[in-house]
Amino acid sequence: MATAFETPPLGEYPVIPLLREGAMAHSKPFVAKPDLQKGLGFPGELVPEWEKVAVTKLGELVSQSRALRVFLDSCVKCGACTDKCHYYLGTADPKNMPVARQDLLRSVYRRYYTFAGKFFPWLVGARDMTKKVLDDWYSYFHQCSQCRRCAVFCPYGIDTAEISMAARDIMDTVGLGQKYSNEIIGKVHKIGNNLGLPEPALRNTLDGLEEDVKEATGVEVKFPLDVKGAEVLLVTPSADFFAEPHIDGLIGYAKVFHAAGISWTLSSHASEAANFSLFIGNHDNLQKVAERIREAALELGVKRIVVGECGHAWRVAYSFWNTLIGPFDFLDPRYPAPQHICELTYDLIRRGALTLDKSANDDKVVTFHDSCNVSRGSRMGNVPGGQFTIPREIIRACVNKFVDMAPETIGETTFCCGGGGGLLTDDLVELRVKGALPRMQALQRVVEEHGVNYMAAICAICKSQFTKVLPYYEHSRDMIGSVHGLVGNAIVLGPKR
Amino acid sequence: MSVLTVLYALLFYVATATLAGGVAWKCWVYARTPQPLKIPIPPAPATRRGVVLRMLTEVTLFRSLFRSNKWIWLFGWIFHVALLAVLLRHLRYFTEPVWFWVDMVQPFGLYAAFAMLAGLVGLWARRFLVDRVRYISSPSDHLMLALLVAIAASGLAMKYLVHTDIIALKAFFLGLMVFSWQELPADPVLLVHLALVAVLMIVFPLSKLLHAPGVFFSPSLNQVDDARERRHAAGWSAKIVRAGRTPGG
Ligand code: SF4
Ligand code: SF4
Ligand code: SF4
Repeated sequence: MATAFETPPLGEYPVIPLLREGAMAHSKPFVAKPDLQKGLGFPGELVPEWEKVAVTKLGELVSQSRALRVFLDSCVKCGACTDKCHYYLGTADPKNMPVARQDLLRSVYRRYYTFAGKFFPWLVGARDMTKKVLDDWYSYFHQCSQCRRCAVFCPYGIDTAEISMAARDIMDTVGLGQKYSNEIIGKVHKIGNNLGLPEPALRNTLDGLEEDVKEATGVEVKFPLDVKGAEVLLVTPSADFFAEPHIDGLIGYAKVFHAAGISWTLSSHASEAANFSLFIGNHDNLQKVAERIREAALELGVKRIVVGECGHAWRVAYSFWNTLIGPFDFLDPRYPAPQHICELTYDLIRRGALTLDKSANDDKVVTFHDSCNVSRGSRMGNVPGGQFTIPREIIRACVNKFVDMAPETIGETTFCCGGGGGLLTDDLVELRVKGALPRMQALQRVVEEHGVNYMAAICAICKSQFTKVLPYYEHSRDMIGSVHGLVGNAIVLGPKR
Repeated sequence: MSVLTVLYALLFYVATATLAGGVAWKCWVYARTPQPLKIPIPPAPATRRGVVLRMLTEVTLFRSLFRSNKWIWLFGWIFHVALLAVLLRHLRYFTEPVWFWVDMVQPFGLYAAFAMLAGLVGLWARRFLVDRVRYISSPSDHLMLALLVAIAASGLAMKYLVHTDIIALKAFFLGLMVFSWQELPADPVLLVHLALVAVLMIVFPLSKLLHAPGVFFSPSLNQVDDARERRHAAGWSAKIVRAGRTPGG
C-alpha cells in the first residue's frame, strides 16, 4: 500500500493548485476483516443487494438528521469551499474539494430521493448506486478528516464532515468498513481503551511514571487509578500513557493536580477519552463508548469530569456528552461538566494557584497548532472563542517566546494536521503527508521568521500525526509537543530534596 | 378571452401553487426532521440573540462568503440585492394603488436590473474560467444561470426596446389575484419573460434554489453554542435508554 510518493514542495507562498483528476484515486485504507465488523454489529462483508441496502440506509439517515437533509439540498455549487480543504491543497485531486466530496453522496441522494434526480439524472449529476460509486466513496470519504474547515467558509454552513460520517455509516451498514477505526472501536468495547492496554499494564505504566517524576523532581506526584471518592475523574486519550510527546502532557496534568492539591483519578473502566465512533458516524457506538465514562464517574463517585488533550474527544465531550450521557446532575455544579484540562489549568493560573517558571522553557520558541475538533467542534471557557485564547494564555504563562502562525491558518480557520477523522494509519501515509502541507507551510514561515522550534498542540492525533510527518518536511519529530508538556516543565512543585 | 390568456393564467396559478406549496412543504420537512446532536460551527454565538444576529449578517451581508471568496461574494451579493430590488419594483404590477415605497424603489429597480445581469454574468464566467468551479458545475447549474439571464434580458428588452402594454399587463395580474381574468397583451417578449418566470417558480422547490429556505434551517448556523448548559435531545438522541443507573440514582 505504501507506494512511493513525493512530499509536496513547500513553495515560497501557498498556492491553490490546478486540478489533477484522479491524483489520489489509489488512496484507500485497509478494509476491516469480517470478525472485526461483526464485533461492532456490522455485516462482515458486502451484503447481497448491497446497493438497495445502501440507498435505504441513506434515506433513513437523511430522515434522522436535519443537517444532512439541509446540506444535501442547499449547495448551490458556488465554489467558495473548493480551495479550503487541506487535502485538496495538498493533493490537487478535484474529488478532495469539499463540494465535490459531498457530491459523491449527493449524486446518489438526488437519484433516489429527489424529483429532479429521478427524472432528469443527467441534468443534476445524479448517479445510480454502483460498485464504481462505492469505490469512490471508500477512497474519498477516507480522505476527509472531518475537520469542518469547509463549513466555516460555506455560506450555508454545509459541513462535509456530516456527509462523510453518513457515507462511512452507510458503508459499514453494507459491510465495507475501515480497518483502522473499527479495530480501535472494537478495542474500546472489549478492553476500555484504543490501545488495548489492560488494567494491570496501565497500573504498571502509571507506577513507572510516578518513579520517573520522583527521580526528576524529587516530588511524589501521584498518578492514581480507580481511586473511589476522588474529586476529579480524568479521562484522557490512551496515547497519553506511553506515546511521545503525549506522555509529557499527562505528566503535566498530574503536576497541575498535585500543585493545586486536587485529588484525582484515572479509571481503568474508562481509560480512553477518544471516541472513534464519531469518525464512522455510528451513533450506537458513539453512545456506548461515551457511556463508559458516565459509568466510571458514578462508580468512583467523583465530583468533576476533566478531559485531557484530545481534539475529537473534546468535541464529543463538550458538544455531545450532555446529550449522550447527561444530565450530569451528580457532579459538582460549580464546575462545567465536562471540563477541559486547559480550562482547569487556566483557572488555577488566573487564581495564582500555580507557580510557573517560564525560564524552564527558554530553549523553546513556541507556536500553537489549533486542533480543528477543538476549534470548530467545541469551546472552552464561557465566552465564544475561549478554545483559542485559553490554550494560548496557558502557553504564554509558561514560556517567554511565543508566536502565532498566519491568522488564516489558525483559530477557527485552522488547518487540520492531516491525520484526523480516523485517517491516522500507516496505510494512508501518503494522504497524511500531503494533507499536512498547508500546516507545514504556515509552520515553515514562523520557523524562518521567528526561529520557532516547538509546536504545541492539544490533540493526541495531531501529536502522533506530526511526529510522523514532520520529518518528511525536514523538521525534527521532536518539534511537536503537548501544551501541558510546557506546563509540566514550567511548574514549580516546591523545594527539591 | 384568448387561448393565450387562459394558458398563462393557468400557468401562473400552477407556478404560484408549486412555489408556495413546494417551499412550505420543504420547510415543514426541514422543521420536522430532528437534529439529534449539537453541531454549531464557529463563530458560534452562546445566546439565541447572538444566533439571530449571526443569521441576519449571513443572509443580508453573506458574511461567510465574504470571508471565503471576494469574487463570488461580490457577484453573488450584487445579484441577490439587485434581485430583491427588482422584485420590489415589480410589486407595482400587483398593487393598486401602488404602495408609496414601491413607487420610491422604482428607479433603483431599474439600475438593479443591470446590476443583476452583471452579477449573473460574473457568476457564470467563473463556471467557465475557474477550473475548480468548472469541475463542480453540472448542466443544471448552467441552465439555472441561463434562465436568470434570460429573464433579466427579456425584462430589460421590454423596458428599452419593445415596450409592452403595461396597463393591460397589470390588469391581467390584478385580475388573476381575484380570479377575474383579464386579457393578456400578446407581445412575444412579454410572453417569453412571463413563461421563464413561471418556469423559475416551478423549479424553485425542486432545485438548489432551496438554499433560500435551507439556510435558515442549517444547524451549523442556527444552533446556539450552549451544549454544556442546556441538554439537547432530539430524534434518536431523545430515545437513548440507559441500562445502568439513572441520573442521581
Ligand atoms: S461553499 Fe457551500 S454552497 Fe458553495 S459549493 Fe461549497 S458546499 Fe456548496
Ligand atoms: S471536513 Fe475538512 S477534510 Fe473534510 S472536506 Fe471539509 S475541509 Fe476537507
Ligand atoms: S487530529 Fe487534531 S488537527 Fe487533526 S483532525 Fe483531529 S483535532 Fe483536527
